[in-house]
Amino acid sequence: MKLTLKIWRQKNANDKGGIKTYSLDNVSEHMSFLEMMDVLNEQIIAEGKEEPIAFDHDCREGICGMCSMHINGQPHGPDRAITTCQLHMRSFNDGDTIYIEPWRAKGFPVIKDLVVDRSAFDRIQHAGGFVSVGTSGNTQDANAIPIPKADADKAFDAATCIGCGACVAACKNASAMLFVSAKVSQFALLPQGKVEAKRRVLNMVEQMDKEGFGNCTNTGACSVECPKEISLENIARMNREYLKASVTGE
Amino acid sequence: MALTGLFLCLFLVGHLLGNLQLLIPGDDGQRAFNEYAYFMTHNPFIKILSYLTYFSILFHAVDGLVLTIQNKKARPIKYAYNKPERNSKLPSRYMAILGSAILIFIIMHMANFWAVMHFQEDIPLEKMTYVFESPSGESVDFDYYTTHNNGVTINNFRNHVPVSAVEKDSLTGKSDVVIKNQTEFYVDGQKKKIAEGYKDLHSITLAFFGHDKEDKAGLPANEYAIVAVLLYVLAMVVLAFHLWHGFASAFQTLGFKNEKYTKLLDGFGKVFSVLVPLGFAIIPIILFLTK
Ligand code: HEM
Ligand code: SF4
Ligand code: FES
Repeated sequence: MKLTLKIWRQKNANDKGGIKTYSLDNVSEHMSFLEMMDVLNEQIIAEGKEEPIAFDHDCREGICGMCSMHINGQPHGPDRAITTCQLHMRSFNDGDTIYIEPWRAKGFPVIKDLVVDRSAFDRIQHAGGFVSVGTSGNTQDANAIPIPKADADKAFDAATCIGCGACVAACKNASAMLFVSAKVSQFALLPQGKVEAKRRVLNMVEQMDKEGFGNCTNTGACSVECPKEISLENIARMNREYLKASVTGE
Repeated sequence: MALTGLFLCLFLVGHLLGNLQLLIPGDDGQRAFNEYAYFMTHNPFIKILSYLTYFSILFHAVDGLVLTIQNKKARPIKYAYNKPERNSKLPSRYMAILGSAILIFIIMHMANFWAVMHFQEDIPLEKMTYVFESPSGESVDFDYYTTHNNGVTINNFRNHVPVSAVEKDSLTGKSDVVIKNQTEFYVDGQKKKIAEGYKDLHSITLAFFGHDKEDKAGLPANEYAIVAVLLYVLAMVVLAFHLWHGFASAFQTLGFKNEKYTKLLDGFGKVFSVLVPLGFAIIPIILFLTK
């Protein structure tokens, strides 16, 4: 198929940037979206007039969360519960025009073309997304701590968040609540996480606000666009944890 | 945001129940509504509630504005191409605009009724007509102002103030009884208050929505009643959209979400967001159609 691609080009963080139009022929419907981008880059390199398009990618199988493209008005494109690398060209038609933009958020400044700086997520994790474990002495039998199956499942679901940032990209407020709530929930539901629960939620939320993400107004766009279908229940849980921690303190 | 929003939802229920008394026909309706209005302005507990309501509206509006500005700043560069309708519902994306429209409505609404009630010096007072048979067998109308003692209506009409007593004599330009401070009756020339009347908010409201009750409260029907009705209904549609998202959203904000209750709460929110504005909207429509 033949496609018209309107792609955000920006030389570096300080460049103003703008949309550039490319034409790409002979796109197979079996290609993944990133493969299509590779083919386009080969064409650009062969023409030799400009630099290839920079975009993030790594695993190309939906687990690392690197690939980050806002495709035709939606993060990770039109399909549900997948990342850009799992999106295939069969989701498009011959002759389509496709807009490709980077995530747009104050907390995710553009580094180059489609690559954004997502280290804000790392800093939020550093602020509390961990459990402190003493490493001296013997390892305890993991099964010695009883955990209800339902809680374990929910904690696991929350832990499937790959930190891709699609939630921020989709949210009209560029809010990072879904990501942060997943990271809070995966610990809050487990006994090991309860020890630092209060400090965790307070610190992570504080860091989230510092990074310039917006406020959650419960539109639900994040969960719809999330490749891992992280539930809004996590946001409710984080709100609950936050309220509890703010009222009772350490 | 959530707490003030939910408090305002409670306020809406109370306000609606009060307003529905406007649909009671005849003198009973007038009496019920005006007594209710008196209660709402004189009960100390209600006073506290009303200040809480003013505060909630202000706080909710200011907080909403601050949040909206912060949220706009969180995305300095917009998408060239965006399809938000693919991942969120319309009301959730227009809460600030819907809310601002509600705020404009609240201001107009308070100018039309609240300000009149509180500040208009020559506000009409509730009048009733007692029909009795004279010794000669004819029926005679006796117009009087209903009066009360601290909100307890005095039911013996002889204790009421005859309308004729307040009317100015065409020659002297004086009347036996004068009205001061909106509702207080004084015998002319004396300092002693003899009775207190009810503000006739019922007639003011009916006239505003097109009723011609000139004979009773001396109020001409609002020429633009149809505009008033349409604006009112429009505001209620806006409110319905605001609540369609807002009601469930508030519970999510407060962390109240789990498999058990969410469906129930969301369902209740939808029913609430349609029924309450609908209840408000039918009142001016019925008043207008039965004028
Ligand atoms: C009777 C009137 C009103 C009621 C019952 C009401 C109710 C609500 C509720 C329940 C919410 C959800 C809160 C949350 O999710 O935490 C909300 C949100 C909101 N309201 Fe109102 N509201 C009213 C009037 C207004 C007014 C006058 C404004 C502003 C000018 C306004 C602006 C907003 C905004 C911007 C939001 C979005 C914030 C968010 O989604 O978290 N509202 N409202
Ligand atoms: S919550 Fe979903 S959309 Fe957000 S970072 Fe995690 S995986 Fe990505
Ligand atoms: S490249 Fe790893 S998730 Fe897409």
